[in-house]
Amino acid sequence: MEDRSRRSFLKIGGACALGLSALPAIKVSAADVQSVFSPAPNALTGKKWAMVIDMKKCWEKGKEGCKDCSQACNHVHNVPDIGNPKDEIKWIWPEHFANAFPGQESEYTPEEIASKEFIILCNHCTNPPCTRVCPTQATWKRKEDGVVMMDPHRCIGCRYCMAACPFGSRSFNFRDPKPFVKDPNPKYPARMRGVVEKCTFCEERLAKGQIPACVEACKAKALVFGDLDDPKSEVRKLLHSNYTIRRKPELGTEPNVYYII
Amino acid sequence: MKIYNGDKIIPGILIGVIILTFPLWLARGKAAATPDIKFDTPVIQKLAVKQCVLPKETMRTSHMVVLNDWRDAAVRNNTRVFTGMDGKKYDINLQNTCMECHSNKTHFCDQCHNYLGVNPYCWKCHIEPKETK
Ligand code: HEC
Ligand code: HEC
Ligand code: HEC
Repeated sequence: MEDRSRRSFLKIGGACALGLSALPAIKVSAADVQSVFSPAPNALTGKKWAMVIDMKKCWEKGKEGCKDCSQACNHVHNVPDIGNPKDEIKWIWPEHFANAFPGQESEYTPEEIASKEFIILCNHCTNPPCTRVCPTQATWKRKEDGVVMMDPHRCIGCRYCMAACPFGSRSFNFRDPKPFVKDPNPKYPARMRGVVEKCTFCEERLAKGQIPACVEACKAKALVFGDLDDPKSEVRKLLHSNYTIRRKPELGTEPNVYYII
Repeated sequence: MKIYNGDKIIPGILIGVIILTFPLWLARGKAAATPDIKFDTPVIQKLAVKQCVLPKETMRTSHMVVLNDWRDAAVRNNTRVFTGMDGKKYDINLQNTCMECHSNKTHFCDQCHNYLGVNPYCWKCHIEPKETK
C-alpha cells in the first residue's frame, strides 16, 4: 500500500517535470505560428542577376562628366565622400581602361577607349573568391538569385574578402563614415568604423520591386539590369546582339557585369 | 578596556565610514528617474488600434529578440514582410517601421535604455529619427 503511493507520487512528479521542461518548446512554437516572415509579393525575382553596361551609350549620350549613376547610388546607400583616396568608400565608380581591363590595352588601343573612364561595380561573380574566405559568413553568394550579399552585422573587419577580391570592389571603413555622408538618406542605414562594404545590386530595392538605383538614374540607358537565366530578358538580348567583355575573365570568377565597348 | 590612540582611531573610523557611504549620501532622495515612455508620436496617434507589431508584453520583454529575428529575416533570408497580430503586415525595417511609429526615440527607447544602462550599438550605423523637441 505504502509502496504504491510512493510509486504514484514519483510518476506524477516525473510527468510534471517533463511538462515543465517541454514548456519552452511549446512557447517557441506558439511564437513561430504568430510571427510569419515572407517576401513582398512585388519583389523582383531572378535566378542570375546581371548587368550589361553599354559604355558607348554612356560616352555618346551621357553629358561630359555625368555622374548620375554613382551619385544616385551614393545617396541611396549613404556612401560617404571622404575625399581622400586612401580611405575612400566605393560602390560604383569610374576607372580608366588600363585599370579596368589590365592586360587588354596596348600602345595602339584607340585613344577614345584608352582615355575614357569605365563604370565599375561589384561583379557579383558566379564563382566569388571573396565569400569563400569570410570567417563569419558576413558575405555570401545568395543561392536563389546570385547576389553577393553583405551582412554588416556579422562583419568583423578582418578584410580577407578585400584581399580575395581581384576587382577592388570592396572598401573598408578606416574611420567613422557618418560625418562624411552629407545628405543622409534616412530610409537606409549607414555603416560604422571597422566594417567592409560594397555594392549589393540594390538587393533591398529588388525586395521591394525596384530596379537598382544606378540603372534607374542613367538617362542614357547605358546600364541594363536583368536575369541571365531568362532568355527573353533584355540583358540576354544585349549579350546576344553585341560583343561584350568582362573584367579579368582569365581568373575564372565568372563576373556577371558585362561591358559593350 | 583601553584603546591606545582611541582619540585618533575612532574619529578615523567615523571619517572612513562617511567616505565609503558618500555615494549613498549624495544620491539621497534622488532615486533614478523611472523611465517615462511616451506613445504620442504623430504616426501612433493616427493609428486606429494603438498596438505594436506584437503584444505589448512581448515587446516589452523581448523586443531585442524580435529585432534580431527581423534583421536575420531581412538581410539573411530575404524575407522582408512580417505578419504580426491580426494578420497585419509590416515592412521589416528598423528605421522605417519601428522608428516610424516610435519616432520619439529620446522619449521612448532611450528612456528605458538609459535607466538600465544599455546602449544598443545599432545607432552607430542605423540613422536615428529626427526629433523636433
Ligand atoms: C504601427 C506602429 C508601431 C510599430 C511599427 C512598432 N511599434 Fe512598438 N508600439 C507601438 C504602440 C502603439 C505601442 C503601445 C502598445 C500598447 O500600449 O499596447 C508599442 C509598444 C512598444 C514597446 C513596449 C513599451 C512598453 O510599454 O513597455 C516596445 C519595447 C516597442 N513598442 C518597440 C518596438 C520595436 C522594437 C519595433 C520594431 C520592431 C516597434 N515597436 C514597432 C507602435 C508601434
Ligand atoms: C520598456 C522599456 C524599453 C523600451 C521602451 C525599449 N527598450 Fe530596448 N531594451 C530594454 C531592455 C530591458 C533591454 C535589455 C537589456 C539587457 O538585456 O541587459 C533592451 C535591449 C535592447 C536591445 C539589445 C541591446 C543589447 O546590447 O543587447 C536593442 C537592440 C533594443 N533594446 C532596441 C530598442 C529600440 C529600437 C527601442 C525603441 C523602438 C527600444 N529598445 C525600446 C528596454 C526597453
Ligand atoms: C555595421 C553597421 C550596422 C550595425 C552596427 C547595425 N546594423 Fe542593422 N543594418 C545595417 C545595414 C547596412 C542594413 C541594410 C542591409 C540590407 O538592407 O540588406 C541593416 C539592416 C537591418 C535590418 C533590416 C532592414 C533594415 O534596413 O532595417 C534590421 C532589422 C537591422 N539592421 C537591425 C539592427 C539592429 C537591431 C542593430 C543593433 C543591435 C543593428 N541592426 C546594427 C547596418 C548595421
